[in-house]
Amino acid sequence: MQLLIQSIITGILLGGLYAAIGVGMSIIFGIMGLTNIAHGNLMILSAFFVLIFTTAMGVNLISSILIAIVLMVIIGFLFQKFLVNAVIDKGDTPALLVTFGLSIIIQNILEIIFGADARSIRSNFATVNVVDTEYFSISGAYLTNFIVAILVIAALTLIFNKTDIGRAIRATSDNTKAAELMGVHTKFIFAVAMAIAMVTACIAGFLVGNTFVFYPYSGTQYLIIAFGVVVIGGMGSIVGTLLGGMILGLAQLLGAYFFGTGNQILSGYIFMLIILTIKPDGLLSNKKRA
Amino acid sequence: MNKDIILSVEDIDVYYGDFLAIHNVSMNVKAGTITSIIGANGAGKTTLLDTIMGLNKPRKGKIVFEGEDITGMRTSAIVRKGLSMAPEGSMVFEGMSVKENLLMGAYAPKSRKMRSELMEKVFLLFPVLKEKENQLATFLSGGQRQMLAIARTIMSNPKLIICDEISLGLAPVIINDIYDKVKEINETGITFLIIDQEVQRSIEHSDYSYVMVSGSIVLQGVASELPEDEVKDAFFGINKYA
Repeated sequence: MQLLIQSIITGILLGGLYAAIGVGMSIIFGIMGLTNIAHGNLMILSAFFVLIFTTAMGVNLISSILIAIVLMVIIGFLFQKFLVNAVIDKGDTPALLVTFGLSIIIQNILEIIFGADARSIRSNFATVNVVDTEYFSISGAYLTNFIVAILVIAALTLIFNKTDIGRAIRATSDNTKAAELMGVHTKFIFAVAMAIAMVTACIAGFLVGNTFVFYPYSGTQYLIIAFGVVVIGGMGSIVGTLLGGMILGLAQLLGAYFFGTGNQILSGYIFMLIILTIKPDGLLSNKKRA
Repeated sequence: MNKDIILSVEDIDVYYGDFLAIHNVSMNVKAGTITSIIGANGAGKTTLLDTIMGLNKPRKGKIVFEGEDITGMRTSAIVRKGLSMAPEGSMVFEGMSVKENLLMGAYAPKSRKMRSELMEKVFLLFPVLKEKENQLATFLSGGQRQMLAIARTIMSNPKLIICDEISLGLAPVIINDIYDKVKEINETGITFLIIDQEVQRSIEHSDYSYVMVSGSIVLQGVASELPEDEVKDAFFGINKYA
């Protein structure tokens, strides 16, 4: 019984982290129809940035994260402006390949610089159990993940619904030609969206580095999680991402509880397939089927 | 250059890849008028409008709006000059409320400043949009969508409104409503350039008409004076024009 309660709580909290991992990918897909294969690698790149600033340069954690966010926003903006925008009108495949190329480049540069060793940016807070009762316990890292994820999703929802730039992003996602006719410079909006996605990737990268160990090649592992989250929640839906993250997290932990820890990942994806069968567009998709 | 002319298209060629979609098209739109373009499907009407709005770039020729060369300008810049288009199929933002759609219409900085004023004007013209302001556009009827599309153009405080396929898929009663609104808006001094699939109606509601056949303009004139037979011939591509 204790283990079941613990599994459910951990599943939900882990789901928060998964949502943070998936949300950037969901934004990019929803707005540009672009599957960003490099999303996981960009997260890991951010984690390495935070690692360098905190360990090698002695900057405090919060400042390190902020500097990493600024760097990632610049990288995202340039990546969009000079690489993706150049090919996005030529169909889905060229842009997809550009992100694929970027993912390989990031992995290899990280490996050249840092080697293939496991790294971690665990803060002191991360490993402490902040809640410790008879039935369950919650570690600092998991609680941080969950709270930060909720804040990120809430902030994004606010930006998208209440600001002019947010509305322009949604309009562009809804109908690019019509948005252009309203005077929206849609390619600029794409770059803004990429920059926002980079902020979330950077935050997710830090959370992952604060919770688990990571390697230069960890990006792929998190890309797959992002895919799962986005597919379950519905491509392009921000709130759907939170739902998708929690469902995937719960499915994994409950799968581990009922079928053994070896089946944790498997049960998560079996659950994803079940949802896909029932609702092929995901739970809260904003894209209509023709 | 005649000051009455708000928009002039001079000798443009537009290609899609190697395909010549529009050839040597010239036209003038007089300020304050309702001007229409008539032509069968595939005659290049939509291509012409898209090109005026900067969505396509002409390979040759130029487009002048209020004496300023806007050829090759980005659409967002053209909208800021005072041109606005209600595209074919209305293209409202389905996932956004009616109000948000209207706010998007006033996205350009100049119109953004006066958007509450413009919104009032629009709601006065289209009371039904006021009733549904908080509903998602996806739940609107075809006629309401077209009204929203036109209302959205007004939100940019334009001098010229372009309507592509203004009556496509709408019931006759609704079409009359929409033309009444167009007339009403036109009387406030906004010029219209309209495409309507139905020739007769198009001519009836406009001051001046252009007839397009396979990418070229073959006939033009004061709408009420256009010889009906020749328009028909042109429309069906009878020899003389083919």
